[in-house]
Amino acid sequence: MPVLNIKKFSFTYPGVEHPSLKNINLPIKRHAITALIGPSGCGKSTLLRSMNRIHDLYPGNKYEGKIEFTDQDKSVSDILEIKKENEFIELRQKIGMIFQKPTPFPMSIFENVAYGLKIAGVKNKTELADRVEVALKGSALWKEVHDRLDKSAMGLSGGQQQRLCIARAVAVKPEILLFDEPTSALDPISTGAIEELIVELKKDVSIAIVTHNMQQASRISDFTAFMYLGDLIEFDKTENIFLNPKEKKTEDYITGRFG
Amino acid sequence: MEKIFQKLALSSASLVFVLLVGIFITLYSAAKPAIDEFGFDFITNPDWNKEVPIEISSSTAVTPSTNMSDKASSEVKDASIEDEDDMMLDDEDDDMMLDDEDDDVTTKTIYGGLVPIVGTLLTTLIALVFALPIAMGIAVFLAEIAPKNISNVVGIAIELLAAIPSIIFGMWGLYYFAPIIADMFGGYQVSLLTAGLVLGVMILPFMAAITRDSMNTTPAVLKESAYALGATKFEVIKDIIFPYSKVGIIGSIILALGRALGETMAVAFLIGSIFVLPQKITDPTISIPVAMANNFGEASGLGESALFYLALILFIISFAVISIAKFYFLKKAK
Repeated sequence: MPVLNIKKFSFTYPGVEHPSLKNINLPIKRHAITALIGPSGCGKSTLLRSMNRIHDLYPGNKYEGKIEFTDQDKSVSDILEIKKENEFIELRQKIGMIFQKPTPFPMSIFENVAYGLKIAGVKNKTELADRVEVALKGSALWKEVHDRLDKSAMGLSGGQQQRLCIARAVAVKPEILLFDEPTSALDPISTGAIEELIVELKKDVSIAIVTHNMQQASRISDFTAFMYLGDLIEFDKTENIFLNPKEKKTEDYITGRFG
Repeated sequence: MEKIFQKLALSSASLVFVLLVGIFITLYSAAKPAIDEFGFDFITNPDWNKEVPIEISSSTAVTPSTNMSDKASSEVKDASIEDEDDMMLDDEDDDMMLDDEDDDVTTKTIYGGLVPIVGTLLTTLIALVFALPIAMGIAVFLAEIAPKNISNVVGIAIELLAAIPSIIFGMWGLYYFAPIIADMFGGYQVSLLTAGLVLGVMILPFMAAITRDSMNTTPAVLKESAYALGATKFEVIKDIIFPYSKVGIIGSIILALGRALGETMAVAFLIGSIFVLPQKITDPTISIPVAMANNFGEASGLGESALFYLALILFIISFAVISIAKFYFLKKAK
């Protein structure tokens, strides 16, 4: 049973006639990394941003189809049915998101990681401190920042900031993490650290990652979906997509003939 | 070519300092006679344009000074406790008579700046306390809550409000706002409170517009990351947008302070323009710019110099307030 099951999903931006995503069927498997690849404008980020309904911060989007979310207690709900604010909050606590650019909040390192916990209602100071420490250790950042937790997060390097954002998302113990090109603003060394971290996180969460970098997809993902102009062209195990693609378009893209 | 351009830019920039220093020197030299005469007591003395006896002999120098402070306090009481007026006045008269009999005495006019200084600071404070929360509310509404088309319309209305000349605020305040205030809070129609509130209305659009603009600079992705953690709109505004736009908000407060401290016309309509220290917030008083505007016409000699002294003090207050805000808060914000 996939943790997310996207069925006949179409998405239309406001003021646009044609849907940006057409009839997508895609499972996001539990405790696995699913990579979404494809040329710019293929709709992979749009699809990712539908999974936690972050699109709904801006009015006028149209959804069709279903995105079924299977909770740990096996209860199934359709993400697209959500209408109330408290349901959105619950959804986003279960499905975290990491963005292209690191987005540290204008507060201290500790406060950044504790933020999700605090707004979720965790008040106990020792519990907060424990969970911040666990999250920072889990994001391989603890050694670098443990002696300056009260300093502003803005002082960290780009790679550290991105790991901080991952720690912040992990701290609330989500079931799914959505990565939207998390390394495209980082240098190769920081990228390596983030990739290792993502693979490590697979134990605890299910992961969907949008990436422009095909090597990255082949290095870290278990499943890969290739998208093109709003269509899902092919979805399979990563090794099959890269070694033995069934579709001509997939082959052309991964061999660099277009993109 | 490059050199000429650099020189031009440099001289334009240095013009600012030349102006600043020039204004300071002009004010200081014009205020010099008053400064020499009254010294720093000017700031704490509530009497303006007051005839006081002057001693020729130095032997009884103690007496007039106690008299002066007596009168200062009786003057204050005059304003609030009208019943005691006669008694106090009698007191004064007695003192003067005594002085006249004691020594060879003539009178001189003294000027003290306490009343306008207090009036200026209090009207500005009232304006700020009134305008700050409302301006923040407007800015949050425009930047985060209202749909785009409503936000645009209200935004334009706010900018138009900022463009209304101050004399119109003064007239509107006097004829429509002042009676309402007097009904609600009692006391006089022209008062500290009325002047402060209308001043607040005047600085409101500046603060709202600048705060909205700086809130709009919060990167969308930063807000999205907070929402993606399960934050509510209120939490995003409180924890992300406000801290992020802190510098802009402080800048808007500084600008508003500058305008409120120096505002003349609207305040002149509404503050009552009397040199009496206010006892309550609903009492009439005067502010520095209003004192200058009202009295320059007939002022001469020491009186004129005292007005320049007031101008210098206003200059220093504005300068101090803005530098403190700028260096202290902006440093803290970073």
